[in-house]
Amino acid sequence: MGAFGGHDGRERRWTGLDKLESRNRAPRSLLVALVLASVTLVTLDVSGGASSPLEPARRAVGEAFGPAESAAAAAVRPFTSVPAWFRSKGDLADEVRDLEASNADLRSQVELAGFDRNRLEQYDGLTTAAADLGSALVPARVVAVGSRQSQSFTVTIDAGSAAGVGPDMTVVNNDGLVGRVLRVTRSTATVLLIVDPDSTVGGRVGSSMEIGFVNGSGSLRQEAGLDLRLVDDATVPARDDTVVTWGSTSGPYEPGVPIGRITEVYSSLREASQRAVVEPFVDFSSLDVVGVMVPSGSTSDRALVEADGTLR
Amino acid sequence: MTYLRWLAAIAAVVVALVVQVSLFPHLAWHGIVPNICLLVVVAAALTVEAPFALVLGFVAGLTLDLAPPADHVAGRWALAFTIAAFLAARVRQDQKPSAMAVVGTVAAASFVATSFFALSGILLDDPGMSVAGLLEVVLVAVVWDVLLTPFVLPPLMRLFTRLSPQWATT
Repeated sequence: MGAFGGHDGRERRWTGLDKLESRNRAPRSLLVALVLASVTLVTLDVSGGASSPLEPARRAVGEAFGPAESAAAAAVRPFTSVPAWFRSKGDLADEVRDLEASNADLRSQVELAGFDRNRLEQYDGLTTAAADLGSALVPARVVAVGSRQSQSFTVTIDAGSAAGVGPDMTVVNNDGLVGRVLRVTRSTATVLLIVDPDSTVGGRVGSSMEIGFVNGSGSLRQEAGLDLRLVDDATVPARDDTVVTWGSTSGPYEPGVPIGRITEVYSSLREASQRAVVEPFVDFSSLDVVGVMVPSGSTSDRALVEADGTLR
Repeated sequence: MTYLRWLAAIAAVVVALVVQVSLFPHLAWHGIVPNICLLVVVAAALTVEAPFALVLGFVAGLTLDLAPPADHVAGRWALAFTIAAFLAARVRQDQKPSAMAVVGTVAAASFVATSFFALSGILLDDPGMSVAGLLEVVLVAVVWDVLLTPFVLPPLMRLFTRLSPQWATT
């Protein structure tokens, strides 16, 4: 390390611009060495895949940065609520109008309840299936968000292996599916959001029970949505249908978690398949409190929310 | 003195990284945040000798690659920051850079680093985003970094200058 601070005497400082210039310039060899080191790291990480030799390094850096990120997020949190204090009467009037509109909307839906009963039964079945699985939720808060420059949609949450969280567990919030846990440290976990272009979730259309795959679109905007491709090309998904996850308890996503609502359907002649746009229920740009689904009865450093709503 | 300077530089990178992932997402524009780690590297490249800045760029990039919530292939930010530090170090002259020169260097370094990261993603076949999305990200990132320059660069440059008196450029 000492070599990099190398400077051969201060008297040479005034001997001429050209020498200063030459000292100023980085040696090409160092640049080449560092670029090659970067390329080596990339190669190691790409070829290693899930068992990459850099995974221990990630874990170590995560252990160091996790508590710092949690502390910083906790320090910032009181200030993020400040804008809510400055709401004008106009804002409140707007909100009342919106609520009245949604109330009327809900009332009309109740009047159509008979029509929707069939669908409701299926949803009920799905939710009881989720309850039967006996999952509990580990509550956690988002403490760090990956930047768009890094091109991956990941967040850090403040629950880790000490809270009973492990890789491939499902992360939800009160609206629906958020993503899955990629890797954990003792006190934090990294979560891959379902809007990430790399993310694929097994999805099931609520009314027809058809299965397909939901891919991330790579945008935080809710209306940009997710892509749904059905396995069976012959069926056309209906608009406004709800998409929930299908899967197994061993897979990364627990079954029966609501993902989103179908807003548009395209049929692609070239690929002879149906493509639907799913608007996620979760607003990913303002993600805060989330829950990680863990097996019921697992040990944790905090209170778990059980399937029946009790705290333990 | 070198050890002290390394300590200060690493501390600056750690603080920058934590602020970048924990504070700025609340202010982000479509998820794009200012790259404060890059500002630390540019500040070093503008004040202290180039080899230090180059290695600091590599270390800062690697930290950004490994620290949560990063999930991309490690080494991509390290490569981008090394090249940005190399270019920024070439800009430096024998006197203290003017304010315009600092802003220009930050803008160029930000453009180069973000573009290099995006290009490495295309080479690695990462299904990141469309070209239009990439352009948006690169340009907004440049604007963010330039906006933060007056608040971040002067104190850091003063710190690095004080820790390397042989190279005081006042």
